[in-house]
Amino acid sequence: MIARLGKLAIAFLEELSGLVWMLRETGSEVTESFERRKAPLSRDQFFFQCNRAGVGSILMVVLLSLFIGLTMALLTGYQLEIFGLVTLVPAVVSVSFTREMGPLFTGIVLAARIGAAYTAELGAMTAGGEVDALEGMGIGALRYLVTPRILAIFCLTPCLSVIAVVSGICGAAFISDLLLHISYGYFYDQVMTNLLVKDLMSGMVKSLLFGGIIGVIACYKGISMSGGAVGVGNATTQSVVASICTVIAFDSICNIIMITFFP
Amino acid sequence: MSDEARPVIEMRGVKLKFKDRVILNGIDIIVREQETRVIMGVSGCGKSTLLGILLGLLTPNEGTVDFKGEDMTHLKRRALNEVRMNIGMVYQNAALLSSLTIGENVGLPLQELTHKNAGEIESIISEKLELVGLLDAKDELPSELSGGMQKRAGMARALALNPELVLFDEPTAGLDPINSNLINELIITLRDREKVTSIIVTHEMESAFALATQMAFLDEGRMILTGTPDIFRNSEIPIIRKFLSSYSVHKITEK
Repeated sequence: MIARLGKLAIAFLEELSGLVWMLRETGSEVTESFERRKAPLSRDQFFFQCNRAGVGSILMVVLLSLFIGLTMALLTGYQLEIFGLVTLVPAVVSVSFTREMGPLFTGIVLAARIGAAYTAELGAMTAGGEVDALEGMGIGALRYLVTPRILAIFCLTPCLSVIAVVSGICGAAFISDLLLHISYGYFYDQVMTNLLVKDLMSGMVKSLLFGGIIGVIACYKGISMSGGAVGVGNATTQSVVASICTVIAFDSICNIIMITFFP
Repeated sequence: MSDEARPVIEMRGVKLKFKDRVILNGIDIIVREQETRVIMGVSGCGKSTLLGILLGLLTPNEGTVDFKGEDMTHLKRRALNEVRMNIGMVYQNAALLSSLTIGENVGLPLQELTHKNAGEIESIISEKLELVGLLDAKDELPSELSGGMQKRAGMARALALNPELVLFDEPTAGLDPINSNLINELIITLRDREKVTSIIVTHEMESAFALATQMAFLDEGRMILTGTPDIFRNSEIPIIRKFLSSYSVHKITEK
């Protein structure tokens, strides 16, 4: 048992050092690019990745958040109705969606949709020798491949998170009006009264963090994969699992820190 | 090739191990300007690994690899990348970026590593693609081309920065005789017209003798014979005789 735990700990530390290595090397390649007076990443590549990670994910994020907001308002409303507190639904849903649900579900959607795509793509490129070819040309494979992907998901996750929050609140407002007899006007007033800047900031900070985590893990798993087609499949599965678990773990850590230091 | 020609690559005592497995066990080789050095050996003997070392993708455990007098094994990333700009590599599987068109693939090193403007890059792309006979395929994706065409595109990409040294990893492997001849002719054109120094790793004898000005044979991590094609033809070393026999049989059948 102890030996097994030891092996797991070693494997975890190896992965962690690999991640740090990738980030350090990427940073070093970006610096080298600046020294050569060349842009560290191609504008086209960056916008292509933004389009893919951001615009391509909007529909999924909207639908998911809409239905979760709707369900959340419905279930919360029925429970609060027992105590005659159904009017609290707008406050509960908006605060919890802004601080927690919006960023978390966006993170999970992106880990599954974009993280998997990044890993599979980079994994296939590694297996096909494309990564070595870039390195052999002196281009810097990490700068060329990893930087635009991580930057795109890092920048776009907060945007998607805002969309998720708005969609969730809209879903909640719709069902509240339909079944809980809370008018749209009252719902809106309650949201505006109860939502604080710190709730918005908390959600944004988390989104940035989640975007970074997903990008780094997905790219690392793709670049470090080995073993051909099976290796690509394994790396993709590991990437999605690791990204979702890490996002949830960091979400809890962020909540503890924010509740403790910024109550 | 005269001994007075300047050495482009000089490997001395290069040893490489992966864990406990010795891949290269003390390689010494000098490749001079405008030489076409063919390195042969059985599959898995470390030929492609040797190219990886020459390109700085692998660092040997021991020994030095000098490119024009500068030891590549101790260079920092930036200096190593400067050296790499003088070395082109044609990969066995072409290794073209699948998401880019053939033209974009050829233009990639120019765009990423030089300060040339779009017009200059475009004209170099056309020039290199014309050299390999693929000007019409400029806007195609690699997946839309045959294996032979992909290799020619890989060659155009390797030549984009006008390197002094071009490394070829099994340039004719898996190609039909017509495409193999086409690739061989291109390599000869490069040698004669562009004065490029080449190192070619292959186990295809016909290509080897058609292209080589110098040869080397790698066996169990060591260079067991280096010299001109004639020295190889007359070698009495059993493994080389065995290796060459397939070529001889083919030639006899041809007669």
